[in-house]
Amino acid sequence: MIVEKAILAIITTKEEQVSGGAPIFICTSNEELQLFSTNLEAIMDGIAHRLSDDVYIIVKH
Amino acid sequence: MGIESYLQAILFGVVAGTLARLITLRSDYRQYPTYLHGRIIHLSLGFIAASLGALAIPALLEMEFTAVTFLTVAATQFRDVRNMERNTLTELDQFELVPRGSTYIEGIAISFEGRNYLVMFAAFLTTLAYITWGWFPSTVVGVLTIIAALSFMSGSALRDIVEIEESDISFDGAGLYVDNIYIMNIGIEERQEEILKYGMGFILKPKNINVITTISNLGQQQAILHDVSATLGVYKDSGTPALTPLIKRDLDDGRLGVFILPLIRDPELTKKVIGSVPVLENAIKMPTEATFLKGGKK
Repeated sequence: MIVEKAILAIITTKEEQVSGGAPIFICTSNEELQLFSTNLEAIMDGIAHRLSDDVYIIVKH
Repeated sequence: MGIESYLQAILFGVVAGTLARLITLRSDYRQYPTYLHGRIIHLSLGFIAASLGALAIPALLEMEFTAVTFLTVAATQFRDVRNMERNTLTELDQFELVPRGSTYIEGIAISFEGRNYLVMFAAFLTTLAYITWGWFPSTVVGVLTIIAALSFMSGSALRDIVEIEESDISFDGAGLYVDNIYIMNIGIEERQEEILKYGMGFILKPKNINVITTISNLGQQQAILHDVSATLGVYKDSGTPALTPLIKRDLDDGRLGVFILPLIRDPELTKKVIGSVPVLENAIKMPTEATFLKGGKK
């Protein structure tokens, strides 16, 4: 299946800011947030975009 | 005229035509057509085109008018060449780290078709010259048509239509910028550092109003990225979509912000490479030629 322009995952430290259909990863610290984003980016072949300091999304382009 | 001299006339035409194809067939930095096998295909097609062109004149002289209809067969044949090239290149494009894009591919395919017609024309004129004037004028005509074919071959390059300047790349938060042009959002700091280390930015300033529309064409932009990556290498792999060369446009004045990740990091060389990217036929627009803007028909 070829997915184009889809949010594959949401990584956040602020649980209350996010919800919805994509898998959500809740982190406790900023370091964890960076680590999760880096790993997920590599695993999913997507790009990690920063929406704010607390919310990252992995997008398949 | 006897069959002997026809044979010689046709031979002259075929040789001139095939030579024209040989000269216009260049495997340059793009390495396309691929060495040897790709070349053999196109040389053979060139030979066929030349034969068709050369045969047309004796056929007409012998009042065999129906024979000219096989020229239409030739036209169909060469349209197939274009299809063949388009299909091959589109297939191969999926596996390029930085794809050519369909506008570039169409440009390449169209020139393959076009050059076969030039070959036919060269053979046609050379044979005609041989039959009317003799072998020496025919040789001259052959050389002239080859020169004409070469001049048709060279379109303009990007350096003719834009000014190229090196520019700094910077991050504002997660946003990557070339000069003041926003390129993309890079979330992870490691990636940002990589990009600042390996990335380079260039600004292409259009020289006039027509150029703005030409370089805004996404196919033209992709062609720039492909050519730069093909010539200077690219710091990218299949699993790193964040490391992607990109071009974005300044909507205010039509400048292009070019963000690239070359392996050879030489600004002057890169400027040269961007400057020699061909201006794609299909991307060229001429808004100033619009007759309705000039007050009706010319």
